[in-house]
Amino acid sequence: MDLQRITEKGLAGERLTADEGLVLLEKGDLYQLGFLANAIRRRKHPEPVVTYVVDRNINYTDICISACKFCAFFKAPEDPAGSVLSFAELGEKIEETKALGGTQILLQGGLHPDKPLEFYEEMLRFIKGHGIHIHGFSPPEVCHFASLSGLPVLEVLIRLQQAGLDSIPGGGAEILCDRVRRETAPRKGLTDAWLGVMEEAHGLGMRTTATMMFGHLETYAERIEHLARVRALQDKTGGFTAFIPWPFQPDNTALAHLPKTTAFAYLKMLAISRIFLDNIDNIQASWVTQGPKIAQLSLFFGANDFGSTMIEENVVAAAGVGFRLSEQEIRALVEGAGCVPRQRRMDYSLV
Amino acid sequence: MEQMVAAAGLGDILEKVKAGERLGFADGVRLYKSNDILAVGYLANLVRERFNGNRAYFIYNQHINYSNICTNLCKFCAFGKDKESAQAYEMTVEQVKAKVRERLAYQYYLDMLRGIKEVRPEIHIQAFTCVEIAHLATLAGKSVTETLKELVAAGLGSIPGGGAEVFSPRIRKRTCEKKLSGEGWLEVAKAAHRLGLKSNATMLYGHIETVEERVEHLAALREAQDETGGFLTFIPLAFHPKNTELHELAKTTGLDDLKNIAVARCFLDNFPHIKAYWVMIGPKLAQVALSFGADDVDGTVKEELITHMAGGEAGGAMADTELIRLIRDAGRQPVERDTLYNVIREH
Repeated sequence: MDLQRITEKGLAGERLTADEGLVLLEKGDLYQLGFLANAIRRRKHPEPVVTYVVDRNINYTDICISACKFCAFFKAPEDPAGSVLSFAELGEKIEETKALGGTQILLQGGLHPDKPLEFYEEMLRFIKGHGIHIHGFSPPEVCHFASLSGLPVLEVLIRLQQAGLDSIPGGGAEILCDRVRRETAPRKGLTDAWLGVMEEAHGLGMRTTATMMFGHLETYAERIEHLARVRALQDKTGGFTAFIPWPFQPDNTALAHLPKTTAFAYLKMLAISRIFLDNIDNIQASWVTQGPKIAQLSLFFGANDFGSTMIEENVVAAAGVGFRLSEQEIRALVEGAGCVPRQRRMDYSLV
Repeated sequence: MEQMVAAAGLGDILEKVKAGERLGFADGVRLYKSNDILAVGYLANLVRERFNGNRAYFIYNQHINYSNICTNLCKFCAFGKDKESAQAYEMTVEQVKAKVRERLAYQYYLDMLRGIKEVRPEIHIQAFTCVEIAHLATLAGKSVTETLKELVAAGLGSIPGGGAEVFSPRIRKRTCEKKLSGEGWLEVAKAAHRLGLKSNATMLYGHIETVEERVEHLAALREAQDETGGFLTFIPLAFHPKNTELHELAKTTGLDDLKNIAVARCFLDNFPHIKAYWVMIGPKLAQVALSFGADDVDGTVKEELITHMAGGEAGGAMADTELIRLIRDAGRQPVERDTLYNVIREH
């Protein structure tokens, strides 16, 4: 298949097939991908605006029964070092976030072996008392709550929503291909389970994001399969606000022997995501894994959003990656790229 | 892709680059002022591949900063210290006494070169920027050429590109008043070239210089290179503000760093190599820079003090295997070189 023809299709706004996506990923050079992704980004967002959200990642527990091989954050249930945040600690973190102009919190935690659904409902109601948007509980957590409570996913989602959950983060997608999931995270739900939670959530009017963690055991074809599955669900529901591809960080994980995805490979994957996902409005740069320089460059490889200021971040930090950026620094990077920085909310409305 | 470059308003420069025509001052300024980093990078990549094909060079090397005592104390430097400072240090050559050293300072440098050669006779010593050499000539009371000859006899192999900063007298007056002038720097480099020594050139960007001053700097280097042909590599150096007198300035961004590499590659049509110095811009951006005009990432380094004292965040050393992996993953062929770009090994 001819790269030139695929590029022209992309430029004309035509949808690429999975085979075409794979050819681009395998054979496209940095400039072909960059120019095409940048053109598509400009078509979708003619104004040179780059958005970001002010929020904080709150991990309510690091105790987790999943033991994914790519994770450096979790503590096994029998490990005395594991902990659950008290509501008082939660409250403090939320007030700090609000004081810094934060509009939401990203609430995610390990799959705790025995906390009942009521515990999470209570947590949501407590947080809601502080008056802040709750972007929380990725699909693996929702599935876990469902299996512990013996309730269907839909009912769990309804109860969480009634208790205050506003939207769902796209974590836990990793690679949406069962072969890879069985090898890296055998105790975590399979592809259909992840997509199923998102579909139900979209049906309830909750918006969500989608992520992809690449650069471990997956093939290029499996990355494209991931994009294709996300695109197909988006056709059906339109509920995804953004897509966030980020490379696996191997330090301190069971897969520490794997080489770390390079910046060059990251930019190519980011561009492919922008090109392939023609029905998702926003693509986020992963500054927390790539650092400020590559994150800024990402704005020319398809990204139109800087993600979150992450007043607090623990999971990537546990894998040995230490990039931190303030809101002011993010704004300066965006301006340095000739764009206008704008603070947004989860649904991409501007603050 | 050429359409994209034209759409960025750089179609005429693309034509010049493709024809191998020299870029003018205004072209240089336009490239710097363009925010379309893909278009600027694409042009630089054309030149890069014309000069160096798919090769990306690295070197197995070591940096030694023999002393931080400095009479210049430039405002952009976090490394230099006054000799009375508690943080001042000087590596001794067989415990030469401080008082003696002051009187026989020039001898110290010759002894250092000979000392290194004694330990490792086969090693290539790249040492003393043009600024240091001018300073040594003053200490010795000899001409620059005479001084260079003596340094070569003692073991000097080539000269690094530091101390060029930005040649503009306005910038030098405001940031490093006591330092050798831009003209003086170029004179030392040319004198070295005439003796058969190769050297590098740098530009410290991202402080108070204008885009025009950068292009003037590049133009002066290009003119000197037309005269002598002795420069091997141009190395844009990102200013790191922390711990310097200019600490209130912002750090350079990835876009600044890539643009300085790309514009230099387009403008310096007589320089064989452009280096992305990973210690300064980080290994991630240095890897990407291999597609934005750079054909060299420096080397293993082993020890680096100057950038780190100014808040540089990249590690101080990198294994050659990691350099090779980064180069290969960027679709380039890793070539291990010596200081003078003789190929040691193709990987």
